[in-house]
Amino acid sequence: MTQPSARSTCLAGARDSVPMLVGAAPFGIIFGALVGTAQLAPWQGQLMSLSVFAGSSQFIAVGLMAGLAGTLVIWLATLIVNLRHMLYAAALLPYVQHLPARWRWVLGFLLTDETFAVVESYYRKHPHASLGHWYFLGSGLAMYANWQIWTVVGLVFGAVFPQLQTLGLDFAMVATFIAIVVPQLARVPHLAAALAAGSTAYGLKDLPFKLGLMAAVVVGVGVGVLLTRLRARQSGNGSAA
Amino acid sequence: MTATIAIIGMAVITFFIKALVFILGGRMAFSATMRQALGFVPVTVLTAIIVPMVLSPHGQGLEWSWRNPQLVAAVFSVLVCAVTRHQLLTIMLGLAVFFGWQFSLGS
Repeated sequence: MTQPSARSTCLAGARDSVPMLVGAAPFGIIFGALVGTAQLAPWQGQLMSLSVFAGSSQFIAVGLMAGLAGTLVIWLATLIVNLRHMLYAAALLPYVQHLPARWRWVLGFLLTDETFAVVESYYRKHPHASLGHWYFLGSGLAMYANWQIWTVVGLVFGAVFPQLQTLGLDFAMVATFIAIVVPQLARVPHLAAALAAGSTAYGLKDLPFKLGLMAAVVVGVGVGVLLTRLRARQSGNGSAA
Repeated sequence: MTATIAIIGMAVITFFIKALVFILGGRMAFSATMRQALGFVPVTVLTAIIVPMVLSPHGQGLEWSWRNPQLVAAVFSVLVCAVTRHQLLTIMLGLAVFFGWQFSLGS
């Protein structure tokens, strides 16, 4: 069996991200189409996709700009909406800590919900992957290029695709996340954490700035840690009996 | 001009949030509890993202019916994954059921 190379690992990361690319496409187009409604020039819309590279905050920003909100409000919203990425980075840190600074800067920049999901799953299965950062890079670059392309399509053709949201292409992301999460649900603390997070997320879904999402993560993680500790204590008591 | 400044500010803030932890790298030490907590981030965050999308795909109310292709396909995907443990198969079959069901419902 041939040893994986940096190149093949990189391509694997991109390949495993394909469903995510499909899922992100309609959002890229819709974002591009919305740029004009916020009195932004097309180049400014593309600049946002190139430099911010965070879909939900881009949507919120465009909405705020259309409503003539102040710059500080936009920055605050960006901060809150994107805060979850810090959790992603913390979760992935053990796998990238050893890398040279330039790798960490680039991989950090490329981090998104989708790349986090794909890469975390990969590292979970290959905890000692010496080429893991290439996988991460492949996923990140694929998502990045994809986002720029669909932004352009939206900027140019936006008005032509009014029914895009009803196509349901983002189900590709749902299916992928299910495939990643379900195997982890065999453990009780993880199942409980998922149930807690899912119900909190649904209950708070109408909160602005993805606050419902953050709350769901806090609640889910709390439940997971609590249950893990309770079980550890139980098995500790059992063995002492 | 104001918009451009807003965009650049957004970029700086977002990059800071995403990359800070990676950049500080070795200087960050997590407690055992923190590491345990971080272990639950993937399962909670991914679930939190998709549950509203599946239960309320049009962003309005709860669509708890067999006429909701996201829900039907999601349940199906969960079952396929639980049985086969095969990631790619889950995704492909899930998408097939989703688009097939959506199409046959005529929505």
